[in-house]
Amino acid sequence: MAKRIDISGLSAYYGSHRAIDDISMSVEPRSVTAFIGPSGCGKSTFLRTLNRMHEVTPGGRVEGKVMLDNEDLYGSDVDPVSVRRTIGMVFQRPNPFPTMSVYENVAAGLKLNGTYKKAELDDVVEKSLRGANLWNEVKDRMNKPGSGLSGGQQQRLCIARAIAVEPQVLLMDEPCSALDPISTLAIEDLVGQLKSDYTIVIVTHNMQQAARVSDRTAFFNLAAVGQPGKLVEVDETERIFSNPSVQATEDYISGRFG
Amino acid sequence: MTLDSPPATAPPPDADTDGGKARTRPGDRIFSGLARGSGITLLVIMAAIAVFLTWQASIALAENQGNFLTTFEWNVNADPPVFGIAVLAFGTIVSSIIAMVLAVPVSIGIALYISHYAPRKLAAPLAYVVDLLAAVPSIVYGLWGALFLVPHLTGLYLWMDDYLGWTGVFAYEGGAARSLFTAGILLAIMILPVVSNVSREVFRQAPKMHEEAALALGATRWEVIRMSVLPFGRSGVISASMLGLGRALGETMAVATVLSPSFLIDPSLLDPGGGTFAQNIAASFKEVSPAGVGREALIASGLVLFVITLLVNGLARLIIARRKDYSGANA
Repeated sequence: MAKRIDISGLSAYYGSHRAIDDISMSVEPRSVTAFIGPSGCGKSTFLRTLNRMHEVTPGGRVEGKVMLDNEDLYGSDVDPVSVRRTIGMVFQRPNPFPTMSVYENVAAGLKLNGTYKKAELDDVVEKSLRGANLWNEVKDRMNKPGSGLSGGQQQRLCIARAIAVEPQVLLMDEPCSALDPISTLAIEDLVGQLKSDYTIVIVTHNMQQAARVSDRTAFFNLAAVGQPGKLVEVDETERIFSNPSVQATEDYISGRFG
Repeated sequence: MTLDSPPATAPPPDADTDGGKARTRPGDRIFSGLARGSGITLLVIMAAIAVFLTWQASIALAENQGNFLTTFEWNVNADPPVFGIAVLAFGTIVSSIIAMVLAVPVSIGIALYISHYAPRKLAAPLAYVVDLLAAVPSIVYGLWGALFLVPHLTGLYLWMDDYLGWTGVFAYEGGAARSLFTAGILLAIMILPVVSNVSREVFRQAPKMHEEAALALGATRWEVIRMSVLPFGRSGVISASMLGLGRALGETMAVATVLSPSFLIDPSLLDPGGGTFAQNIAASFKEVSPAGVGREALIASGLVLFVITLLVNGLARLIIARRKDYSGANA
């Protein structure tokens, strides 16, 4: 299921403002890649270019190439809707559909793909909820509103919803920043399990989290406020945190700025 | 009644010397006094209207020789007077239902187009034009309806008669199209702005995070609207429709101008005839003889309209409250 992503010469704009500038890097399949960097450096924007979510922002525009295995996601004949069906996303704040039950939330993506058979839906919903380590907590309240769960449960529900459609890649935009430490631990464990099946990219402000969950880490920075964000370096997480090749990375990680 | 509030606005001169209690600031007291005064004033006005309507209506009902609810007649100048609201209730409700059926779907369409489809450069002027539609006085709608709509609807009605005439409801014998259906079409146009404006504001407030959740799952624009915008806006659209329905039920001049009234219930909605509460009050107010209970009879019909409007609003609140658990506001 998991595919690799090769990004080359990617820039993203909000109207005339360039938010990220000329980024080239690769994301390995079946591994976790973490994006770290100070606020406003464009890591979330960059993440959103990978499933073509950036362009839904008014004025949002992208230049450059994103290759998913051998397919150019920004090719002229590519439908952004089908890109988003192959690349799932989990957001900063848990966002289950408030008008849907737990079950309906997980089944939402399948129904978009045209699966309506009850038995098939039941199977996938259970499998996805088990995959998101949530099944035991919600199996008796499948028909209750998804917004009635705790924050951490809601976030795992969103992960279940994302993996129910078996995406090639899972993008996570600061998935734990609205959660308490115990829920955060649950999500981090889950990320560790999911990487055997999926290519995972996770944006985080929490350096320990990047060190704990990721195999590779990319550090982004910006020269000054209003300047576009740039990729400083990307390497094995262990190297980034012990012996980075750029001084700015070491300064950031050791807390000397940012 | 507004005289109740001024005393509360004047702070007692010894406010500072009252050392025992925490000092309330004069500004706070003035404002809370004004707010409380306004609230009480509103209640007093409402009660006064209700009492007046009931009192006047009871005078007329005591004299009435017909059954007030079932008589197909409005003969208030006769001695003894005979009148009933059956035709008016039928006409008011039917023309409002026609207006709702036509206006609500179109309004939702306009609201979604402005809030989610139109390019930003087009959305603002379009919203402005819809606002403008709300500013047209109802007598102007009435004149336009009588002089333009009525002659131009004959063709449509003949066509409907050809295909749907067998139902009886859409039978049409020709003649001026001054029917309840025409009144309904005109009312639909008149309530379009209020329904679409309120819906538009609600759709605009649909949380971005839920729209993005749908988008990220691979939803098309329509699917995003169906999964996140419409469920969120549901109660708002109901409120908007009720505002529109309130206007349709009470609309006077426009209906009085296009309708050719009669005290019959015609099974066909396309044939001229029928009447509504407000239209009947406007049309017969000048013709009542000062001696009888004509005025009081009209007021009695007004009381019924008042009650119907209250019921409709209560029903809308009930519908909204029932779906609270699943409302978008819990997000």
